[in-house]
Amino acid sequence: MTVSRAGSVQLHDLTLGYDRHPAVHHLDGCFQAGSLTAVIGPNGAGKSTLLKAIAGSIQPLGGSISMGSGKARLAYLPQLAELDRDFPISVEDLIGTGLWRQLGPFRRYSNDNKQLIADALEQVGLSGFNSRLLGTLSGGQLQRVMFARLIVQNAEIILIDEPFAAIDTKTVTDLMGLVQHWHGEGRTIIAVLHDMGLVEAFFPECLILARECVDWGQTSNILTPDNLAKARTMIEANDPHADECERAA
Amino acid sequence: MTITSHLFDLLIAPFIEFSFMRRALVGSIALSIGAGPIGVFLMLRRMSLVGDAMAHAILPGAALGYLMAGLSLGFMTAGGLIAGFVVALLAGLVTRVTVLKEDAALASFYLISLAGGVVLVSLRGSNVDLLHVLFGSVLALDDPTLVLLATSASISLVSLAILFRPLVMECVDPLFLRTVGKSGGISHLGFLALVVLNLVAGFHALGTLLSVGLMMLPAFAARFWSATLDGMIAIATLIGIVASGFGIIVSYHAGTPTGPTIILSAGVMYLLSILFGQRNGLILRLIPRKHLAA
Repeated sequence: MTVSRAGSVQLHDLTLGYDRHPAVHHLDGCFQAGSLTAVIGPNGAGKSTLLKAIAGSIQPLGGSISMGSGKARLAYLPQLAELDRDFPISVEDLIGTGLWRQLGPFRRYSNDNKQLIADALEQVGLSGFNSRLLGTLSGGQLQRVMFARLIVQNAEIILIDEPFAAIDTKTVTDLMGLVQHWHGEGRTIIAVLHDMGLVEAFFPECLILARECVDWGQTSNILTPDNLAKARTMIEANDPHADECERAA
Repeated sequence: MTITSHLFDLLIAPFIEFSFMRRALVGSIALSIGAGPIGVFLMLRRMSLVGDAMAHAILPGAALGYLMAGLSLGFMTAGGLIAGFVVALLAGLVTRVTVLKEDAALASFYLISLAGGVVLVSLRGSNVDLLHVLFGSVLALDDPTLVLLATSASISLVSLAILFRPLVMECVDPLFLRTVGKSGGISHLGFLALVVLNLVAGFHALGTLLSVGLMMLPAFAARFWSATLDGMIAIATLIGIVASGFGIIVSYHAGTPTGPTIILSAGVMYLLSILFGQRNGLILRLIPRKHLAA
């Protein structure tokens, strides 16, 4: 599969937050088309908020986000908590929801679609799980299913939020293989991660976030103890009675 | 007398003899077909009490219709639909623009609506009329009411077919649906509209309060017989139909009010399902069985 280069994400003086309190403050920069970036930082640093905003599910408090040239397809895998695992839906049907943009509410799965779903299941190592119900899967299996849905979504821009929390090493290795495969296909990938070893080993680019941008660039250059310490101290300075931000837009 | 002719006298003959019995059966079957699938979705979305809230919300609309035109099918139906839609929309609006969650927003408006409805009914109606609105009159279904029930069932099935995929996605993974399209809100509102439609149709037969019973009890019972969505929908519909027939015949022989007897039948089937259901039924759990090898 080849992917066109229309897949960069630009952030222009972006401020995101809740109740007027910024969770991401005046962030400027660009995820290049085809880049593989890890977003790291302490809890509460605004990492998930940033992904939500890029996915379009929350509106910026200030600034803007723009996607390169043309209309790039975007796929977003949020943290697991948002899924109702008790709902009686089969693995196959859940992965099939990834085809929503093509099929909409009515169109049937074509044979190609079914093949695509079967292939995706095979790629994540779950061949034969087609008709298993969601509630019967383990945490790791469920995450494999979510990655299979990312595969069928076939998006130029892929956002994944802490995909490896509470996941065993074997599953992480398998799924990281997929991420690298996507990287090889030229897709833009932005992943929120906490495992620094993983970031160093597999992610060429890195954004260290602590509400403000601590540093953003090549992982080998910026993933330093200094930067990480800086990130930790910045996030502790949280003032519930903060004044309005005077920084020029 | 043989057993079969005995059973015939008991179960079939009343329907052959009396047209009001046949009408009651047809009406409540139509209701079961429309409301069964909707009940399953309500249950799976943890919205089981929403049907109840909506049933209360409909009351002032029906009462207003009654005040304007007496026991008129058209006016009371239109009033009920409008009141239901208004409450659904207002609750949706408050959920979106304020800190209140959907259950709080819905509860607030149905309480206001219910109080208004009771005041309206008591302004002019006698207690008999109030009983009609609250508990329906399944043994007095005329042609227009039957047409209304059948239309409501047809609209529900067609609309559910249209909404099915986004509705399922909204249930499993609402955030995902929001990132790939805008249909989440539409399918949610459309679904609430179907809830209202079925309750309004149902109140002519069973009354505003009991029509929820035919929507929800079969759905709960179905949970004990099937693990899949399709299976639950089919079984819920079937249980609704059987409970209707059974309730009508029992009420005929025992002289009990028909609407509540139908709901009680559904209740009995629900309790039996809890005990004997093949999926997590209590009895099955008590039977010691060896675990599987893998």
